[in-house]
Amino acid sequence: MSGMNRQGRPTSIANTAHGGTHNTFTGNKALELEEALLFEIDNPGACGVDLDEPEGYTSRLGNLARQGRIGLPSVSEPEVVRHFVRLSSKNYSIDAGLYPLGSCTMKHNPRLNEKMARLPGFGDVHPLQPQKTVQGALELMYELGHWLKELTGMPGVTLSPKAGAHGELCGMMAIRAALIARGEDESRSRVLVPESAHGTNPATAALLGYKVDAIPANAEGRVDLEAFKAKLGPDVAAIMLTNPNTCGLFERDIVEIARAVHEAGAYFYCDGANFNAIVGRVRPGDLGIDAMHINLHKTFSTPHGGGGPGAGPVVFSEALAPFAPLPYVVKEKDGSFRLVESEADAKADGTTPFGRMTAFHGQMGMFTRALSYMLSHGSDGLRQVAEDSVLNANYVLASLKDDLSPSFEGPCMHEALFDDRFLKGTGVETLDFAKAMIDEGYHPMTMYFPLVVHGALLIEPTETESKQSVDLFIATLKDLARAAKSNDKARFTGAPHMAPRRRLDETAAARKPVLKWSPPAPAQAAE
Amino acid sequence: MRYLPLTETDRREMLGVIGVKSVDDLFRDVPESAWRDGLVDLPRRKGELEVERILGRMAGKNVAAGSVPFFVGAGAYRHHVPASVDHLIQRSEFLTSYTPYQPEITQGTLQYLFEFQTMVAMITGMDVANASMYDGSTGCGEAVLMAHRVTKRRKAVLSGSLHPQYAEVVKNLSDFADYELEIMPPALPGKAEDIASRICDKTSCVVIQTPDFFGELHDLRAIAEAAHAKGALLIAVVPEILSLGAVTPPGEMGADIVVGEGQSIGNGLNFGGPYVGLFATREKYVRQMPGRLCGETVDADGNRGFVLTLSTREQHIRREKATSNICTNSGLCCLAFTIHMSLLGEEGYKRLARINHAAASNLADRLAKVPGVEILNRNFFNEFTLRTPKPAVEVVDALADKGVIGGVRASRLLPGVKEVEDLLIVASTEINTEEDRAAYEAALREVL
Ligand SMILES: Cc1ncc(COP(=O)(O)O)c(C=O)c1O
Repeated sequence: MSGMNRQGRPTSIANTAHGGTHNTFTGNKALELEEALLFEIDNPGACGVDLDEPEGYTSRLGNLARQGRIGLPSVSEPEVVRHFVRLSSKNYSIDAGLYPLGSCTMKHNPRLNEKMARLPGFGDVHPLQPQKTVQGALELMYELGHWLKELTGMPGVTLSPKAGAHGELCGMMAIRAALIARGEDESRSRVLVPESAHGTNPATAALLGYKVDAIPANAEGRVDLEAFKAKLGPDVAAIMLTNPNTCGLFERDIVEIARAVHEAGAYFYCDGANFNAIVGRVRPGDLGIDAMHINLHKTFSTPHGGGGPGAGPVVFSEALAPFAPLPYVVKEKDGSFRLVESEADAKADGTTPFGRMTAFHGQMGMFTRALSYMLSHGSDGLRQVAEDSVLNANYVLASLKDDLSPSFEGPCMHEALFDDRFLKGTGVETLDFAKAMIDEGYHPMTMYFPLVVHGALLIEPTETESKQSVDLFIATLKDLARAAKSNDKARFTGAPHMAPRRRLDETAAARKPVLKWSPPAPAQAAE
Repeated sequence: MRYLPLTETDRREMLGVIGVKSVDDLFRDVPESAWRDGLVDLPRRKGELEVERILGRMAGKNVAAGSVPFFVGAGAYRHHVPASVDHLIQRSEFLTSYTPYQPEITQGTLQYLFEFQTMVAMITGMDVANASMYDGSTGCGEAVLMAHRVTKRRKAVLSGSLHPQYAEVVKNLSDFADYELEIMPPALPGKAEDIASRICDKTSCVVIQTPDFFGELHDLRAIAEAAHAKGALLIAVVPEILSLGAVTPPGEMGADIVVGEGQSIGNGLNFGGPYVGLFATREKYVRQMPGRLCGETVDADGNRGFVLTLSTREQHIRREKATSNICTNSGLCCLAFTIHMSLLGEEGYKRLARINHAAASNLADRLAKVPGVEILNRNFFNEFTLRTPKPAVEVVDALADKGVIGGVRASRLLPGVKEVEDLLIVASTEINTEEDRAAYEAALREVL
């Protein structure tokens, strides 16, 4: 009786003739649709906008009028929409599934925040409109700064840096400005950076001409306090420490580290990319930190957008606050807001900003989203964010401790670090393991970072995953680990088998880089 | 809390599995001196409606550009963005994915980056473009650092008509990275700037903006030659990227690096950000470029696909030896740029540029008729500079009171420079109607 509906149409797969897959004529696989490059669907004469040719004006281009074709494709609106919708179907996203990319805090992105950022009063205002016409925008910046200062317990804030790495640069510039003011710039040329640090930390220090000196990790995945103290000296400008660190651990000795850094006359820069684990529970200002950037696109949930835009505001201690760069917002006695955007303004204000990180005032679109997120959570919700993110990560750590190899003793903070010891002798490597997760419908965890353990697998579930979701994820990893250990190599080495693309040849891509589309060479004319 | 799925029951069960009594136990590595039992001193959680009310009230205090005759440019331009752009960039698969580190499941992002790079190379007339910088100003700073690497020299010369905040960004970077810099005095339209004579055998690059801060267009050919003759590079800066639909691109005038602000295409004003830095150069310098690059390759089945490539330049591989510290860039803004550009296409891009030029040209003709007003520019695209018979700060203010946002006074960005105190920089784009221009003219007559 089963297998038919009332119209006599077969409903059971048992009744279909075709099993497995075959190569389709189109290359498509049902909902998985192939898509050519825009330049290949170019159809001269088509256009996705209707614009009238202007008339009755005098050209003022002089001898600089553009000549000839640019080569841009011509495509109508329906084709453009279809093109990008098809491309979108080739992406994994947090909206579609768990995205355990350690250090990246891929949490849910509330759509309320998108709506707020698009209010014309925020989205459609120009950075150089008269200040009296943007009082609400300045108020929003002021308010965001207030939340960041309260949450971190730091007295100074600058909003303008455009991402985490830009915030690092800003914080390290403030440190250098303070050293210049103290007359110790020449003598302090070394910056201590733990081996486990994100690549942006050493890159930032080096940009400012500092010599990067690596601090080793101890057996517990934290800064080796003795090795660190041995490296301190009168030539040290700063330490750049991530806390919680990139192994997902709270730096237990952080207060002692801060004390020693300050005693040596240096400053304490904290990479705050992992602030999510402690927001609302621990204030970096209470730990002795001098400057810390906050990735609004991590902790405060502004969407990653496939690689940005982000925002990297920096909070400062009393010692560094006067050097914070232009611009910044002050609240006047009459309740109005004023943007301090020039050195002359600052002088009148009694501050000594070190300079300017970017044109205009920073990532307003991210500020609006982040404040919307903060207001929604409140002090209580933010504390819960930290607690649930840490709980989810520890649950993963505890549940997988016998199947994968945890690198360090728990508890962890918001992410759990494993290394590849559990794969030893299986012929499966971290990369293969990660790629097999793709076939299971997951984005892989961060792999091969941090560098302090072999074949790292860094898992950050975030607080916006339900227990049910985390349970299925854990069960999947257990199953994969068992498969690897029972010699089911095919499931790994060729993976992913079911993604829109199989593994891509990165070596070939780098050897002979093809970085743009070029028109096909015209066919040889017959002689 | 509506965004947090764990229930009290879940939490209890999970703590049981972990083998601790309370979540406090998980925070046991936090030093006692930093331990807090209470909440930080901030308001409690709020529902959607309440958040909308609060932020709606703040938004309501701003004059949205679209609500008045609006003529502000100076590095950010109000253009019409087709509806499908904002719709498409909000698709979950684009909006809520990370940087494409796993190419097998991020071909969507990678392919549009490849298309983006191609389009940027095409419009600038350069060989290669990267997958974006934060914005035009930081891209400009990176370009100068790149020129130092390429030439192994340490001194840059900036034109006096470069956007003053771009110059401040370059100066900041140069100061802290211990490079030399010469910034020419403000160069008003119509006054020749003798930048060529400033180039010597220590000069790594000359930085020139076109259309410049005052709206003036520059022919770069002579300065390119002069720079190259001394072994220096020419960096061209284009904050109004739509201009390249009408104007000879820097790549055809000898530029070695072109830096642009891509905001005009697909991206709103957003009070200054997020925007999208465009960065293009010659093939031979590609390994000295900052930022991500997307390249074409094949997968294990031989199908075409895209990956991030040449990453040995970047911080995650190279650490302190990287060409830049940039990581997160302007991904979604690149997407908006690419979609808008696809809708425009060859014809639309050029025509939109002509419409902008016509709008500004007509506005200049109108305003030139106002007694006491002088237009300084000879050649411009969609922006020009007025000399007003009163200090521009008063003019802008009085115009705003009459409901016209009439431009940017040059003194806002060049405070203390006497000769720019009566200058008003005015942009006009396709958003302005004939009525807007008439309203501007009328208001200007009244306030002068
Ligand atoms: C620990 C850490 N530091 C710094 C960064 C850099 O942040 P951004 O990508 O926003 O520049 C990241 C993010 O990738 C990170 O994980």
